[in-house]
Amino acid sequence: MAVTEVAPRAQLPRLLAAVRADGSPVPFDEHLSVYGTPPVYLGGRLIDLVEASGLTGRGGAGFPTATKLRAVAARHGRKFVVANGTEGEPLSRKDKALLGCVPHLVLDGAALAATAVGVDEVVVAVGRGAVRERTALTHAVAERTRRGLDSVRFQVAAAPDGFIVGEETALLAWLSGHAAKPTLVPPRPFERGMRGRPTLVQNVETLAQLALIARYGTDWFRELGTDEEPGSALVTLSGAVSRPGVYEVGLGMPIRELIEWAGGTAEPVSAYLIGGYFGSWVAAVDAERAALLDSQLTPLGASLGARTLFVLPARVCGIAETARLARYLASESAGQCGPCVHGLDAIAGGLEQLARPERADHSRLERWLEQVRGRGACRHPDGAVRLVASALDVFAREVELHAAGRCSGDGQVVLPTGTAR
Amino acid sequence: MSEVLRVNPIACDGHGLCAELLPELIRLDDWGYPIVEGRPVPTELLSHARRAVDACPTLALALTRAERAARTIIGVPDGGPAGASPPKPRLRP
Repeated sequence: MAVTEVAPRAQLPRLLAAVRADGSPVPFDEHLSVYGTPPVYLGGRLIDLVEASGLTGRGGAGFPTATKLRAVAARHGRKFVVANGTEGEPLSRKDKALLGCVPHLVLDGAALAATAVGVDEVVVAVGRGAVRERTALTHAVAERTRRGLDSVRFQVAAAPDGFIVGEETALLAWLSGHAAKPTLVPPRPFERGMRGRPTLVQNVETLAQLALIARYGTDWFRELGTDEEPGSALVTLSGAVSRPGVYEVGLGMPIRELIEWAGGTAEPVSAYLIGGYFGSWVAAVDAERAALLDSQLTPLGASLGARTLFVLPARVCGIAETARLARYLASESAGQCGPCVHGLDAIAGGLEQLARPERADHSRLERWLEQVRGRGACRHPDGAVRLVASALDVFAREVELHAAGRCSGDGQVVLPTGTAR
Repeated sequence: MSEVLRVNPIACDGHGLCAELLPELIRLDDWGYPIVEGRPVPTELLSHARRAVDACPTLALALTRAERAARTIIGVPDGGPAGASPPKPRLRP
């Protein structure tokens, strides 16, 4: 049957529709004039809608949002909502973009989610270093309070900066007055979270997406993306591209198209780091044939994760850069679990040895990667192992080159270690 | 009811007594921390497993019912259901 399915071209941007040219925070009236007024939902109706939309968490783990909402809704007594905007991933800037440019969209989503699960206290957590974003958020909250817009109370928290702080149990520990270190799960946050109370923790982009789903519905949301991975997504693109930045894409957009949108690659490139520092290296030829979908990245050993794409220039040694990242991740360990403390340090050392243009024995390194995986209270060691393992795979030729006393790198450092600004 | 061994990695200080007492199921990594086999503890090793649990100076080792242990990993997302057919890209901007 020769039926050509003509797809309606869903409009982008969605989340970023109201963003001003100068990036200054959009005030409430302007916000409403772009996105409209969110409808009022009674009982669990919004949760049903979110479930039908297929929205998943945009913080990196990709957990179904409706499942979390239901788990907290089923709990009784005092409970909290935490909007996680800490964004400790050094390559990511999307959450800061949302908070700094369209703070009311995040607050709408947080208020809607809180009402749906029966919560009236919302904490929005932002990193201490994100001063501009925190100011925008504080002003937005004041504006809403002055006008009596919400039935929920907002509090803005300035969380310590650091890679691990965004891990939800670490953030909850800090918000409860303890050190910002991960705790053992279970109990999960929906059972025992902030101050021991059931807590819904959602990434700020997830909440902003929820605010749009509440307004425009499931069918609209699903006009972009695929059946299994619906909607739009914010992607932070950096490295050797002409116009690095935060892009809103429909899930399923070919990576090559995103690169073209960003003005193309700025110089010859060798590999892509996909999904942040817990992510994976993928050879450029493979990445440029794939689309922004977990279903296409999984066969390449990668996933969207933190939704960051870093494009590595061919003149930079991937092993040396990964050694730096491994050292950074080791230094960002919360220091609680032996295998993470000792293992990541050893792995970083092993990789530093490989990064030198000389023959090195990496059988120990491979054993350590095997031993450390899955051995922490949180997934920090797993993320580091994943990154290093992908580097050994994708930059295997570079390792051989080093063994022969050579290196293709020019000694320059391109990947950031520290919170992105 | 089958039981499995679990280590609380935050509590564990790597004393290594457990691996001494139950080498069949526990070995040590390069830094002296226990790597515990995830399979149910065989009946003939149960009493040894209990001894290892009791000997842990930091109470980091526990015997848990297998079903409870399985429940603890529910909620940890991974790549989605195994064998799911790849979705067809429907729309893009």
